[in-house]
Amino acid sequence: MNIPADLKYSSEHEWVRAEGDEASIGITDYAQHALGDIVFVELPEVGEEVGAGEALAVVESVKAASDVYSPVSGKIAKVNERLFASPELVNSDPYGSWFVVVSMSDPGELDTLLSPEEYVKLCEEE
Amino acid sequence: MNTLQKTPLYETHRRSGGKIVEFAGWALPVQYNSILEEHEAVRSRAGLFDVSHMGKVTVRGKGAFDFLQRITTGDIGVLVDGQAIYCLMCYPDGGVVDDILVYRFGPGDFFLVFNAANTEKDYNWLKQNNTDGVDIVNVSEKFAQLALQGPLAEKILQALTDTDLQGLRFFRMQCDVKIAGAKCMVSRTGYTGEDGFEIYTSPDSAPALWDAILEAGKPYGVVPAGLGARDSLRLEACLPLYGHELSPDITPVEAGLGKFLRFEKQDFIGRAALAACLSKGAARKMVGFEMEERGVPRANYPVESGGKEIGFVTSGGYSPTLKKNIGLALIETACAGQGDKIDVVIRGKRLKAVIVPIPFYKKHYKKK
Repeated sequence: MNIPADLKYSSEHEWVRAEGDEASIGITDYAQHALGDIVFVELPEVGEEVGAGEALAVVESVKAASDVYSPVSGKIAKVNERLFASPELVNSDPYGSWFVVVSMSDPGELDTLLSPEEYVKLCEEE
Repeated sequence: MNTLQKTPLYETHRRSGGKIVEFAGWALPVQYNSILEEHEAVRSRAGLFDVSHMGKVTVRGKGAFDFLQRITTGDIGVLVDGQAIYCLMCYPDGGVVDDILVYRFGPGDFFLVFNAANTEKDYNWLKQNNTDGVDIVNVSEKFAQLALQGPLAEKILQALTDTDLQGLRFFRMQCDVKIAGAKCMVSRTGYTGEDGFEIYTSPDSAPALWDAILEAGKPYGVVPAGLGARDSLRLEACLPLYGHELSPDITPVEAGLGKFLRFEKQDFIGRAALAACLSKGAARKMVGFEMEERGVPRANYPVESGGKEIGFVTSGGYSPTLKKNIGLALIETACAGQGDKIDVVIRGKRLKAVIVPIPFYKKHYKKK
């Protein structure tokens, strides 16, 4: 399983790449594998406010719909529209397929997230 | 998983990387690698399913024929030895107990196949209604059941048996077929919309038979397939699923299964209610729809027309063959015309869909 060392993780299997006040968010290799073939991604609108732990997006695999939660609070700055036409990218390139970029209102929340080492442990336990 | 029932192939699935989930009280693989790949393999080549969880009951004795005529909606009288029919068992009010396959082995010798989740319920229903002194035995545990489905199924299976499979027609069964050394019953039936076979064998023989079929099918691109592909395949072919398109609260008339009701035969349970439903015209109708806006419809999502709720989705999902999001819905007959626009409410959002002809995928059975 691929768990890049330069990202932060949530216990709900989202990854976060922080650059300044902006955070790109996607779902991990573990999550895409558990979900199976992804056929649809529902994303929020640019400008929407989101709180840490709130539902941010929905991924639909062939079998079921699953919520994606925002690991941080802030405003949606960008959404990855490529995922509308090619949701399967989440399976083939989970860390290249960011869902949204959030303009963080409290970058301090990043400290509450899991390190790669902690996330490896979590995946092993599940 | 420990409390779940396991088929004789449970260890085989685990060994070959099957992702095991709970289904109808059973531990079964939902997929091996990818539901989409397994679906595609069945449509273009072949896929092998473990369907050992299906319920099986033998109905035997002098009164067996009359009993089955009374308890099913089908005409058992049309069956010859080695033939099967698809039919329904209904409650007196017309709701559905289950949809079943009835095989005739001999004049007083029948074999019934049920949905796994209903096995106990169906078995009890048969016994409760047994006023004919019929010998009814639940033989579910005596059989493993494999389904090899897809256009290359015959070629693959033929390589493992001396029995001429070309001569085995649609909905016919042959007993005493040796496949890779295992004693089997083979029927040309399935639940995918493709040509294929269901193979009944002893639990002990199942793992070796499973491996032998996959080995023989390797050059043809056969893959093991799970419940996920089974569901998307049957949805495209509009084969009903109990608990979704069929239930005690949905009559076969509403479900569009009127052709499986044989009113010309003697009385059967539910006949009066179903005849009334047919002559009055059902208030609800099963339709197929395609999403026009982005969203995946799922079972039980509300369906609206002009802001008014008119029914609900019974099954829905992504169609790998059509590359569209499709579904079946039970809605008010007045709103159920082909081409009519409906809204499917997905997570609180009204998304546009249109009623289309069904089945979504034309079945490729080998009928001659």
